[in-house]
Amino acid sequence: MKLDSKIPEGPLAQKWENYKAGQKLVNPANKRNLDVIVIGTGLAGASAAASLGEMGFKVKNFTIQDSPRRAHSIAAQGGINAAKNYPNDGDSVHRLFYDTVKGGDYRAREANVYRLASVSNDIIDQCVAQGVPFAREYGGLLDNRSFGGAQVSRTFYAKGQTGQQLLIGAYQALMRQVNAGTVEMHTRTEIVDYVIVDGKARGVIARDLVTGEFSRHFGHAVVMATGGYGNTFFLSTNAMGSNGSAAIKAYEKGAAFANPCFAQIHPTCIPVHGEFQSKLTLMSESLRNDGRIWVPKKKEDAEAIRAGKLKPTDIAEDNRDYYLERRYPAFGNLVPRDVASRAAKERCDAGFGVGTTGLAVYLDFKTSIERLGENTIRARYGNLFQMYEKIVDDNPYETPMMIYPAIHYTMGGIWVDYELQTTVPGLFAAGEANFSDHGANRLGASALMQGLADGYFVLPYTIQNYLADDIRTPRMTGDEKEFVEAEKAAKAKFEKLMSIKGNRSVDSLHKELGLVMWDFVGMARNKKGLEEAIEKIAAIKKEFWTNVKIPGSSEGMNVELEKASRLADFITTGDLMARDALNREESCGGHFREEFQTEEGEAQRQDDKFAYAACWEYQGEDKAPVMHKEDLTFEVVKVAQRNYK
Amino acid sequence: MENTINLTLKVWRQNGAKDKGRFETYSLENISTDSSFLEMMDVLNEQLIGEGKEPVAFDHDCREGICGMCSLYINGRPHGPDDDVTTCQLHMRKFKNGETITIEPWRSAGFPVIKDLIVNRSAFDQIIAAGGYTSVSTGGVPDANAIPIPKPDADEAMDAASCIGCGACVATCKNGSAMLFVSAKVSHLALLPQGKVEAARRAKNMVAKMDELGFGNCTNTGACEVECPKGVSISNIARLNREFLKAKLAD
Repeated sequence: MKLDSKIPEGPLAQKWENYKAGQKLVNPANKRNLDVIVIGTGLAGASAAASLGEMGFKVKNFTIQDSPRRAHSIAAQGGINAAKNYPNDGDSVHRLFYDTVKGGDYRAREANVYRLASVSNDIIDQCVAQGVPFAREYGGLLDNRSFGGAQVSRTFYAKGQTGQQLLIGAYQALMRQVNAGTVEMHTRTEIVDYVIVDGKARGVIARDLVTGEFSRHFGHAVVMATGGYGNTFFLSTNAMGSNGSAAIKAYEKGAAFANPCFAQIHPTCIPVHGEFQSKLTLMSESLRNDGRIWVPKKKEDAEAIRAGKLKPTDIAEDNRDYYLERRYPAFGNLVPRDVASRAAKERCDAGFGVGTTGLAVYLDFKTSIERLGENTIRARYGNLFQMYEKIVDDNPYETPMMIYPAIHYTMGGIWVDYELQTTVPGLFAAGEANFSDHGANRLGASALMQGLADGYFVLPYTIQNYLADDIRTPRMTGDEKEFVEAEKAAKAKFEKLMSIKGNRSVDSLHKELGLVMWDFVGMARNKKGLEEAIEKIAAIKKEFWTNVKIPGSSEGMNVELEKASRLADFITTGDLMARDALNREESCGGHFREEFQTEEGEAQRQDDKFAYAACWEYQGEDKAPVMHKEDLTFEVVKVAQRNYK
Repeated sequence: MENTINLTLKVWRQNGAKDKGRFETYSLENISTDSSFLEMMDVLNEQLIGEGKEPVAFDHDCREGICGMCSLYINGRPHGPDDDVTTCQLHMRKFKNGETITIEPWRSAGFPVIKDLIVNRSAFDQIIAAGGYTSVSTGGVPDANAIPIPKPDADEAMDAASCIGCGACVATCKNGSAMLFVSAKVSHLALLPQGKVEAARRAKNMVAKMDELGFGNCTNTGACEVECPKGVSISNIARLNREFLKAKLAD
């Protein structure tokens, strides 16, 4: 496998300009004859499909939901970063770039991150033109707030519903193209495989989730933008339907999977309440602007709280340990997510946790309410407070919230070059689905930025460069042998699942996988545990393929069959994550190996050995994948231990 | 200190759009009052799978009240007996031990049933496609701060834009009207200078599409506003009527 990152020549700040100046273009008459398949309608997929449609390409867009507006980008709460420097607080494209590389613990590709930062401002302009109702000051100009890992205020927001508003903006642009006839929308349709012709991605096999019927679709190029694989853990902040299957299918067709072990544990989620819990709800990181995180200083107070004998409001100020402010005075409650999550785990493991389980810490707004008044806090976070109250039945204006870390986002994903092209020619990956920009840890409010950057401002250029060589390639009918065989194989897989007729429900197996992942491939990992995880995952795989129980038939709608097919891919993902975590003998970002930490318990990278992206190549069913390295070189950023003290 | 309750569920089962459909009754025991309504449905489905029966199909996704996917009609109310929540945010502490809960799909001419509790809401997408956007393409737009927008206008636009497209307004309306949904989008965009440019055209096209798709008329009962999980106000309907009238007068 050849990994050519195709980074353009020239100084960092000029690379994207140089690329665009030298790239190939497709004239309008030819665009009409070129088909692009886009899988997914989240921020990356919808923005790519809409933009490509506007340019005149013929686009087919697929989503598993009933409407493109449901994609999980919609749940992002806090905001989107951009280097506008409207607050005049010292921000710039360079600083946003630098913060992102540093925040990612120096495991991302400089050139990609610089481009991300440089198009960030265009995104804000675009969204405002679409009518995204960002928060404004009384003067009528846009408001900003600060987020973890930054010392400037560069985050634009729309109440606590920024993802929703950005997605609706992209969705509306997309529906405008549907109306114009440039985009053909397929809802409640899942992509179950890719079609490769002469080494190039030329189409997909789709399964209609309502009828159970399969169909073949041709595209001169295919874009996959199907999000991350956090649901490997069963419990995560992802939506129930979020899955990594389109990524695993790409991997099985020859696309390298990069850094699968880089998963982000978000520090501020509502703690687990019981065994029937289906998902974990995130409380936006923006809350850390005004909320202070603490646990009791005395173990006996923590014990009394757990036993229900004391309330958090009974604990005097002097007996509270604001541990983030104590350990990281420079960034305080706004340290990056990986640091905040580990610090919470450290306190809870040491016996200072609260809640009935002891696996929770407080996020307290008392100081801010005293300083700013309840109305200001309500205006900033009203919907989040309401969400919390509905779930937990506690009023966070009066008593502190309880939070605990949970799986939230996956930085790893399908390897892409500078053009966002995978190792399969003609197959592109965008948004969370690729590994491109966040290294080992993503900063808050950067996921929305990356999804929209890829879809609005990167792919429309780079895909043209690819398609320019395809203007003489006629459309295929879908009856070619490659299409027929791919459909046959996909059908056979679904029939195989139906034929098992075992005793275990899909969810029971998924929960078992999730527990293994959380215990051994979660917030703290070690060699022995990871080796054990690989064995346990293999056992779950065997159990799944011999004992899963799927009622009903493969015809018509069958939700359990959909879930089973996704779980088969989560099992593959889990194995890949454990292998990657085992290989990476260092701690960086969201990947914490207990063997590699400083005396103070901070993550310790091994730059001499692991300054690379680990790219895994599929070798076949039940064969260990082979790892290839893309070495990361830093020409501009000075690599150092991250210091938020 | 976990509390649990026992329940009887009357659930609508319908195998495909052509099936007549019927209620089935199920008993459930030891449901934690801390669990969400959809987690209770998960427990029911695990029980059904254990018995070798087909689980109940229902729409759900984000489970945090923002995607608009969940759509259950519970004891005669869309999203059930709590205010300002979607079904996924409804918790079992709102129910009593021994209670019988009736669960139906959205019932409206505009939303045909696909299976069990799942309905087809693609009519909403068609209405948006008819004009629910600003006609700008990617690139070539002015700087985000080029046009100042008074904060009250931006805030009001945000409130209208918070619609999640779940369809509770249609499901609760005795006329099956989609006016709250349409008016929320028309208001959101008409309140902003970027959307004002084509406000009249948008109102006309979206209303025409709504009528074409078989949604009923608005008779100002206000039920939609009561059941909207995001508290979208019916004052948006008044604004839609103004925009629509302006468009008609201009014709």
